[in-house]
Amino acid sequence: MSPSRTRAPRRRTTRFIETRAALLFISPWIIGFLVFTAWPVINSAYLSLTDYDVINDPSYVGFDNYVQLFEDPKVGLALWNTFVFAVLSVPAHLVVALGLALLLNGASKATGFFRTAFFLPKMTPPVAIGILLLLLFNGQDGLINAFLGVFGIDGPAWTTDPNWVKPALVLMNLWTVGSSVVIILAALRGVPQELYDSALVDGAGWWKRTLRITVPMISPTLFFLFIVDSINALQSFTEAYTAFFGAGNTTYSNDAALFYAIYLFQQAFEFLHMGYASALAWLLFIVIMAITGVQFVVTRRFVHYEGGNP
Amino acid sequence: MRRAAKILTWVALSAFTVAFVYPFIWLLSASFKPRGEVFDNRIIPETFTLENYIRVWHEAPLGLWMANTLLVTVLAAVAVTITSAMVAWGFAYFRFPGRNALFGVVLATMMLPGAVTMIPVFLIWNSLGMVGTLTPLWAQNLFGSAFYIFLLRQFFMGLPREPFEAAKIDGANNWKIFLRIALPLCKPAVVVTLLFEFQAAWTDLMRPLIYLRDSSTFTVPRGLKALLDQFGFGGEWHWEIVMTASVITTIPMIILFFLGQKHFVRGIATTGSKG
Repeated sequence: MSPSRTRAPRRRTTRFIETRAALLFISPWIIGFLVFTAWPVINSAYLSLTDYDVINDPSYVGFDNYVQLFEDPKVGLALWNTFVFAVLSVPAHLVVALGLALLLNGASKATGFFRTAFFLPKMTPPVAIGILLLLLFNGQDGLINAFLGVFGIDGPAWTTDPNWVKPALVLMNLWTVGSSVVIILAALRGVPQELYDSALVDGAGWWKRTLRITVPMISPTLFFLFIVDSINALQSFTEAYTAFFGAGNTTYSNDAALFYAIYLFQQAFEFLHMGYASALAWLLFIVIMAITGVQFVVTRRFVHYEGGNP
Repeated sequence: MRRAAKILTWVALSAFTVAFVYPFIWLLSASFKPRGEVFDNRIIPETFTLENYIRVWHEAPLGLWMANTLLVTVLAAVAVTITSAMVAWGFAYFRFPGRNALFGVVLATMMLPGAVTMIPVFLIWNSLGMVGTLTPLWAQNLFGSAFYIFLLRQFFMGLPREPFEAAKIDGANNWKIFLRIALPLCKPAVVVTLLFEFQAAWTDLMRPLIYLRDSSTFTVPRGLKALLDQFGFGGEWHWEIVMTASVITTIPMIILFFLGQKHFVRGIATTGSKG
């Protein structure tokens, strides 16, 4: 046999063996993907066209659930609450995280200590954060209003006044800004010192250096946090649910805190409206995709990538 | 001028440190106060008592909740670390047709909101008769998780190829190469995965709300929510019980953080830079 004839099949065999080995290693994910992602996505799309209460078989109702989305005032309310929370919370989160990271970067000593202190709240279980919110922001006895009282400010009834529930949630959310601080700090450490040195020679002040060098250089990180924070804010559930809703409470405790994920959860697992809840889930998916898409298009222009925009 | 800036930085950092740490101290201190004094905002309790801890222990099956949570948390963390590392290695080391497309699917699943799959996944566990048990809280981790696969793959890709080729020539099989060489080299990323998932599983409330029905199966966060419903605004107004239970729920996470602080910080920092 000529060598050229034996080599071709042999190469194919090595490739086959390598592919087989790779698939073996990847197989847990493939199975998990098919069972816990692909099939649920298909089933969810189907369920959203049905009435289903888990006990009786699903009955096909066409697009009724989607029509109902537009007629249900709670959907509009939940979308509005979630949107207001995200619009207040995401920029506040980013600005505070950036400010703290800049402060930490400017300190020469004990950065480790401060970083630990800032990060600790991130370890608190969200359910405990929801409880802390009720306690700290309590209108009469809460620590926040006691603190405001020192300055002669009569603090609002944060947890019961519908106008102040969302600001309270936003402020409480700022408590867990620590992980973003760590991420931004890591990015700050990566900005080349030469850029600052030449800016100093040109006589640029702190503000100017921060705005013209620091922020553009770390803009990919800020962009990443902006997108991730927004997606998380649009799905926030635990803190508000803990503080303002309960499984035994079928009347809405506090409409001002009814986030979209909470309403979806109630429809699915408290009222067992699985079909309608599936339609709610798809609306959330579309809203998140649309908002993320707009953010990409609008914000991308301000993001600076070393070596050109990809 | 520079001195003034330095002092200002320190003052600001210290003020924020107080703001971040004070709620813990406030909560911890309140848990040692009798009912009438929990809202007095003193740092040092006027009357120091351990009564709350004893009452919480009697009011709630805290030991059981802790055991449930520990079981779920360890299984979740170990399962997701092993399988995610396997999958990540499959994507990082081998070359095969369709690899990049398949990895694109892994990344795409991260974009899918959990709400979309939440209901059908519940129906799967329901049809298996597992609703009400702890299994749905961790068993999905046996199939890896996109985020950790991504994280570990990044790490594997950064390793030099030579030791693996050498081991292959020495006759080591793929499994051996993965377990004996790749995993030990990847220890920091493995530790980060374990810690992240341990925290995620310990603090999760939504899944326990969906899957657990009976108080004896509760995890600590689910139990804490039940205590809040019983003793909080909707209930008997025994806030000292709720506060004490919150302390007990949080402390293990604080300990975890101090044990693995370096890994936590580094892990979170790399998460950001990969964006």
